[in-house]
Amino acid sequence: MEKLIEQFSFGLFFWQLLLLIILLLVLRKVAWKPILNAIEERESGIKDALEAAENAKKEMQNVTADSERLLQEARIERESMIKEAREMKEKIVADAKELAQVEADNMINQAKTAIEGEKKAAVADIKNQVATLSLEIAEKVIKEQFSDTGKQLKLVEEMVSDIKLN
Amino acid sequence: MQKPFYVKILLVATLLLGFNAFAQDKDNQSVDEKGSVKAEIKEFIAHHLLDSHHFTLFTIDEENNEHFGFPLPVILWDNGLKVFSSSKLDHGQAVAEVDGEHYALYHGKIVKTDAQGTINYDAEGHATNVKPLDFSITKNVVFIILVSLLLIFMFSRMAKTYKGNNIPKGIGRALEPIILYIRDDIAIPNIGEKHYRKYMGYLLTVFFFIWIINLLGLSPLGVNVTNNIAVTFCLAIFTFFITAFTANKNYWKHIFWMPGVPVFMKVVLAPIELLGTLIKPFSLMIRLYANITAGHLILMSILGMMFIFKSWMGSSMSFVLASALSFLELLVAALQAYIFTMLSALYFGMAVEEPEDH
Amino acid sequence: MEIPTIVGAGLIVVGAAFGIGKIGSSAMDAIARQPEASGKIQTAMLIAAALIEGIGFAALFAS
Repeated sequence: MEKLIEQFSFGLFFWQLLLLIILLLVLRKVAWKPILNAIEERESGIKDALEAAENAKKEMQNVTADSERLLQEARIERESMIKEAREMKEKIVADAKELAQVEADNMINQAKTAIEGEKKAAVADIKNQVATLSLEIAEKVIKEQFSDTGKQLKLVEEMVSDIKLN
Repeated sequence: MQKPFYVKILLVATLLLGFNAFAQDKDNQSVDEKGSVKAEIKEFIAHHLLDSHHFTLFTIDEENNEHFGFPLPVILWDNGLKVFSSSKLDHGQAVAEVDGEHYALYHGKIVKTDAQGTINYDAEGHATNVKPLDFSITKNVVFIILVSLLLIFMFSRMAKTYKGNNIPKGIGRALEPIILYIRDDIAIPNIGEKHYRKYMGYLLTVFFFIWIINLLGLSPLGVNVTNNIAVTFCLAIFTFFITAFTANKNYWKHIFWMPGVPVFMKVVLAPIELLGTLIKPFSLMIRLYANITAGHLILMSILGMMFIFKSWMGSSMSFVLASALSFLELLVAALQAYIFTMLSALYFGMAVEEPEDH
Repeated sequence: MEIPTIVGAGLIVVGAAFGIGKIGSSAMDAIARQPEASGKIQTAMLIAAALIEGIGFAALFAS
């Protein structure tokens, strides 16, 4: 220990102190500050770039997922549309068929009634004509038959006999 | 892959140059006996570990006191500022006369003396000469300045390459992982996400300062700055003051009035905790100093063994051992910087810990 | 008989060495058990070892 104290050189201590202070100040200004700042800047730059890449990746994934989802939706929509269209078509066809059937039935019915009416009218007409004709014929026959008195008498006789029979 | 490669190059260069320089130092010594060799090695190591007023690159001739290097300015405070070149001292061989006062080197320290350079001793053999306050630019100070300039140059250039695209170029590629390591594995786990930013400057500066200066201490120049207690003391006192000044109420409460223990224990714990705050930077100081000193001491002793054994076996063994130790020292250089930074961060973390973090 | 302080320092160093060894072996066990936590274990190990080392150095320099 005494040797150490004896060896201690105050001059060297003084110079070392002075030079170390100068060295510290100069290096801090000239070297450490710019170097550390540059390193930190670079590191933050790298970090930012990595984050940006990560974000871009995520976004990309989102976009793909979105487009996938959209595609899926579109597909579903298309299918449902097709299905709907098919159903509509079927419905329209069915409706049309039904409507046609009803219309046809109606027409047939109408036609039937019309025919029936015509038939009745025709029959009534025929009946009338037949009656008229028969009356004319009967008139003519009667006129001819009863042109002579003998025959008239004979008829009367016959009729009378008929009545008796009844 | 940058960092290992960078380290590898440094490592190989350090080893090659290191041995070269040590060898140069040793080759120029003419020795005959083992005993004198031992003493010489001991002296050489002691000299190597000491600070010096002359930047000696290598010794040309020990006998004639010829050294290759350059003198450094000596600055003394002795009733006024005295500045002169260390060449006047001539490695302790001459007495320098400045403004009527005489100075000489005694065991690496400047002492006041008379014109003849007389050293007075007390009964225990210690020199009693007056030691003026020595603010000299010594070898270690030059090295601290060089390393500071190197750090400023290196990191300001690195900072410039970040302009524009925030990507480092050149040496920044090797240094950035270390900066990131200090931030992510030392500062943030120990101090916490919220407060770590304001300590980063100190942690990074201290780490790179200690690491680079330790590595260069292993280089052929061999100026081991961190084996001076003054240097590690300065570093430790910085950690201590930063801890003390940035500490929040919770930290002081834990020291002076520990919550959750009986009153008697609170009274007992307060001085212990207070002592703990001083022991922490003290251990930081001693650890760095002792590790580097011990490393250099062992490495140089093993290298010195080469000259003691002077045999094929002993020399090659000491060579292998020294190589292994050099690798270990490279690790220690980084490890001590890491531990100093780590423990500093730990202490800062304690200082800013919030009560709810418990 | 007076025991030189260096002997005490030596004893402390032996103790410190034993402590560091124990920390190392425990850390090895822990890493073997939980290899994913090796970083944290290493940090804790280094801190504990550094603290004990500090005691060892204190003893060495106090002697």
